[in-house]
Amino acid sequence: MSEMFDVQRWRPAPFLPERETRDGSLIFVVAVLCFLACLTAMGVIAADRAAAGWTGQLTGEATVIVRPRGGETPDAAAARAAEALSGVTGVAEARALEPAKAYDLIRPWLGDVSDLEDLPVPRLVSVTLDRRRPASARQLSTALTSQNIDATVDDHSIWIKDIRRAGTLVRWLGIGVFLLIAAAASAVIAFATRAGLAARRDVVEVLHLAGAEDGFIARLFQVRFAQMAGYAGLLGAAAAAVVGAGLRIAGGGEGLTPALPLAWSDLLAAVPCPLLAALVAAVAAQLTAAGFIRDMP
Amino acid sequence: MTLESDAPAASYPRSPISVPMSRNPVATVASRVAEDVVRFDDVSMRYGRGPDVLTNLNFSLAPGSFHFVTGPSGAGKSSLLKLIYLAAQPSKGLVRLFGQDMAHAPPSAKPQLRRRIGVVFQDLVLLDHLSTFDNAALPLRIAGRNPADYRNDVAELLTWVGLGQRMHAMPATLAGGERQRLAIARAVVNRPDILLADEPTGNVDHDMAVRIFRLFVELNRLGTTVLIATHDQDLIARSGRPVLLLENGRIGARPAQGPLA
Repeated sequence: MSEMFDVQRWRPAPFLPERETRDGSLIFVVAVLCFLACLTAMGVIAADRAAAGWTGQLTGEATVIVRPRGGETPDAAAARAAEALSGVTGVAEARALEPAKAYDLIRPWLGDVSDLEDLPVPRLVSVTLDRRRPASARQLSTALTSQNIDATVDDHSIWIKDIRRAGTLVRWLGIGVFLLIAAAASAVIAFATRAGLAARRDVVEVLHLAGAEDGFIARLFQVRFAQMAGYAGLLGAAAAAVVGAGLRIAGGGEGLTPALPLAWSDLLAAVPCPLLAALVAAVAAQLTAAGFIRDMP
Repeated sequence: MTLESDAPAASYPRSPISVPMSRNPVATVASRVAEDVVRFDDVSMRYGRGPDVLTNLNFSLAPGSFHFVTGPSGAGKSSLLKLIYLAAQPSKGLVRLFGQDMAHAPPSAKPQLRRRIGVVFQDLVLLDHLSTFDNAALPLRIAGRNPADYRNDVAELLTWVGLGQRMHAMPATLAGGERQRLAIARAVVNRPDILLADEPTGNVDHDMAVRIFRLFVELNRLGTTVLIATHDQDLIARSGRPVLLLENGRIGARPAQGPLA
């Protein structure tokens, strides 16, 4: 009997080879796809938050353009409009903007004109609405008309519609890209499972002919590929979390940019990735192995 | 004179098969199975849409019988064994194993039937990632046996087939004869009800061939039905066992050594 082989200490080896040469490249591909999927998921969450933020900001505000009548000065008309609006239900605050602010708003359109003060620039009143029960544009107009103030109310409804449309588009685009990447990852895992089974056909045949149950053989591959995909998913998710954290830190208090505000909580999107990757691999392996074994006599 | 009486008892150690058998509380195969172990009724077989490789075979193997199947290359010996170890299906006819009609056996029953069949494949099909010991123990593991109950028996069997010093070796490092002996050890380790061997002595020397044959004979004495496909006419002639002669996929004229069961 072999001196190097201690029968009493023998432990059964795994039925499947523990590592194969192709495993490295497969893990890399799955990890990259998981990384992209996690980043996309974070991007979708951040884009959704950005769209909600833009809409919220616009719906919470209105701008009133006041035109003085008769001998009334523009400043007096603006002050009177602000006072009239302050009393309307659904208005949190109404404030006449200083003329300098109005000039700043139109300066980009007219250039550096020195005598802006000579132009009949209308005065603006900034209205902050009650977010719970915001006053409508019609209520604001009625309040101004009742005080005989010539003014136009802009409740940003045109912009809100566009921004909502853009936000919805960004959200669905992100979800679409995420689903595509997730589907690609699933297809790669399924393909790898089939290739793995084909490469180990000898193992499947020997186990099959030695009396192993079909479910037992399928489970061997299921566990094997679920572990591999879970590991790859962990690598991809960790890399995505590191990149996400980097973007969050680089973006300061507003995340990556004000347009795509990444929050720390968004990094949690990467947490389920290893589990999902393992689950996809397990299902793909189960279906592939079952079909493969079913073809055997 | 047959190989059984030909082999001097002092030259070869006694087969270890008798040891686990004596411990096994299960009754011998012969007493368990009343009907034929294998029965072919008008069986034909083909691969895909090709021509028949086996045509209208009719024979049966009684429990505890020992047969050779021989014939020229391409006669259908391996295909015949495949039908018995359930690696192929007949294109026509009825195959019965242990009294069960295989055409109507539920898929869930087949693994249990396969565990009752030991096979020495012509191309051996060893698992390269498993050691010699793990390869030999494979059928016992699949049967769900406790390693503590069989590891000594596996070691004893491997020693008996001359692989005692190679238990840790991987199949790729074994010589051709060693691989063949390992395949034989794996086929018999589970003490199958029927043993099928496809050219089991093709790569071993005469002494080892005799030793392997004695192992088969000992298994047979304990009730295992044995069917060996071989070209080795010397082995057949000296064994004195009945022969199934295959020619072009049909059962040909029977040689004189003995009748079929």
